[in-house]
Amino acid sequence: METLITILVGVLVTVAVYLLLSKSLVRVILGTAILSHAVHLLLMTMGGLKKGAVPLLGENAENYADALPQALILTAIVISFAVTSFLLVLAYRTYKETGSDNLAVLRGFEDE
Amino acid sequence: MNNIVVMPMVVPLLTGILLVFLRSQVKIQQLLSIFSIITTAVISVYILNLIQEDGVLRIDFGGWMPPYGISFVADSFSVLLVLTTAIVTGILLIYAFSSIGRAHENMFFYPFVFFLIAGVNGSFLTGDLFNLFVCFEVMLLSSYVLITLGGRKVQLVESIKYISINVLSSWFFLVGIAYLYGTVGTLNMAHLSVRIAEVGQGPLLTVISIIFLLVFSLKSGLLLYFWLPGSYSAPPTVVAALFGALLTKVGIYAMFRVFTLIFYHEQGVTHLLIGIMAALTMIGGSIGAIAYNDVRQIVSYNVVIAVGFILVGLAVSTEIAFQGSIYYLIHDMIIKALLFLIAGTMVYLTGTARIEQMSGLIRNYPLLGWLFFITMLSLAGIPPLSGFIGKVYVGQGAIEAGSYLLLAIAFLSSIFVLYSLLRIFMNCFWGETIINEDDDVPLKKGMLIPLVLFGILTIVLGIGAEGLAPYVTDAARTLANPEIYIDAVLNGEG
Repeated sequence: METLITILVGVLVTVAVYLLLSKSLVRVILGTAILSHAVHLLLMTMGGLKKGAVPLLGENAENYADALPQALILTAIVISFAVTSFLLVLAYRTYKETGSDNLAVLRGFEDE
Repeated sequence: MNNIVVMPMVVPLLTGILLVFLRSQVKIQQLLSIFSIITTAVISVYILNLIQEDGVLRIDFGGWMPPYGISFVADSFSVLLVLTTAIVTGILLIYAFSSIGRAHENMFFYPFVFFLIAGVNGSFLTGDLFNLFVCFEVMLLSSYVLITLGGRKVQLVESIKYISINVLSSWFFLVGIAYLYGTVGTLNMAHLSVRIAEVGQGPLLTVISIIFLLVFSLKSGLLLYFWLPGSYSAPPTVVAALFGALLTKVGIYAMFRVFTLIFYHEQGVTHLLIGIMAALTMIGGSIGAIAYNDVRQIVSYNVVIAVGFILVGLAVSTEIAFQGSIYYLIHDMIIKALLFLIAGTMVYLTGTARIEQMSGLIRNYPLLGWLFFITMLSLAGIPPLSGFIGKVYVGQGAIEAGSYLLLAIAFLSSIFVLYSLLRIFMNCFWGETIINEDDDVPLKKGMLIPLVLFGILTIVLGIGAEGLAPYVTDAARTLANPEIYIDAVLNGEG
């Protein structure tokens, strides 16, 4: 199972890198979103994908699931959500100001 | 267990939240922000003295003992930086009062400055690797807002670059954390150190450490500084000064923490790499600093050179070199804030950033000229100003470790710093004055006072280095002997 998910992470990273390298700003932003999904999956996989009971003492189970990666992912999701929404607003403002979302065109604004 | 440790993060955070609700009362916002930053400074002085008596302090949130809970750990190194942050921000706020403008003040400028400070202080104080990531993000999100606030075209375009590169480096940070957790199963820094010492830092862990090196080099501008000059010259002067003084330093701090506490076993690989990167950074920064004619670009490249110089101390990794780096780090936070403020003030006064279009400013603004002169000498490391002591100790450390090449490059870079600033000085301050008395833009008192305060600070720090010595020695001792830190976190009474 871990191997499968790791391969999936690799595929997601490939897709994200492809998007990041494109010239359209919106694609770049989507790329960062996919990139963060990939790392969330990686965090989950690194904690070990085992079937276990809820990590509470009263459960008296053989195995317990590791709760820490899930807490980490939750935090990371919130952060990447905030950053992505900020980036989208920024892209919109940039488009309104400059009339372009093409990163190659946007390079020229050294001075106003 | 000492609740005071978390205060340098909580005070700015609460102030920021409070200021959001006082949007239209600019006067109250200003008063409150100055009051809050002074409080933070006083608290950090108190913590600093407490550490000298009681050793490294920590607080476990929710009473969860390390390594299970998240803890904040305060040693001399982190608290010295927290204190410097508070002082530098306080003086920068005074500059902001007279320069940032009503539009910014109404659009939550002060709250975001405080969120930034909360993130910076949190990064300095945290004892948990994931928490470090979170504090980094708090700091970065505020910096995204501050860099775009105002919405000029150049700001928007530069901030896209700045944000994309930071999103990418945060991603690498998470990847590093995931691998590290998968390998050793903990994220508490002291616990990580113990476990890695137990299993030995094999090739796998060294590769993971290089991921962290990559992350922190992107954040601090070590070799991977291509994004820095553009982003630091786009926003308003105060914001640029805040970034130049604080943001790269957080990356440097994280690098010191991680490579002295956790990954210190394979110095032949990691520290050699840091040394090579530091040398290339100084060379690249020097070329950049003398290549441009734009004041803001020159000043930004000076930030890059300083990053390389400070990390020479980490590359050679002796206790003396750590002392030098800490002195230089404190000095650099103050002097870079001053340098950015002077550069911004020059642009404000003349309306241009090109050095060939300015001339004779010292006739119109003598005090500004002399302050620039002091800054230049201090950055070049002329005694008795504050840059001197750091350079001496870093040099001494490099000689002890036998890294003569690194030493030569480090001191050559000082000459390039001097040359790049002399070029500004001779072009802009000397020569025929271009501003006649009629359209002489008056230099506001509110802008001059912070500059003078920074000037005094660099002189005091240079002459009064003796007073700082016990704290810096203790900080360097903790860096050189990680077991002090580990002992305080894992064995100390909570």
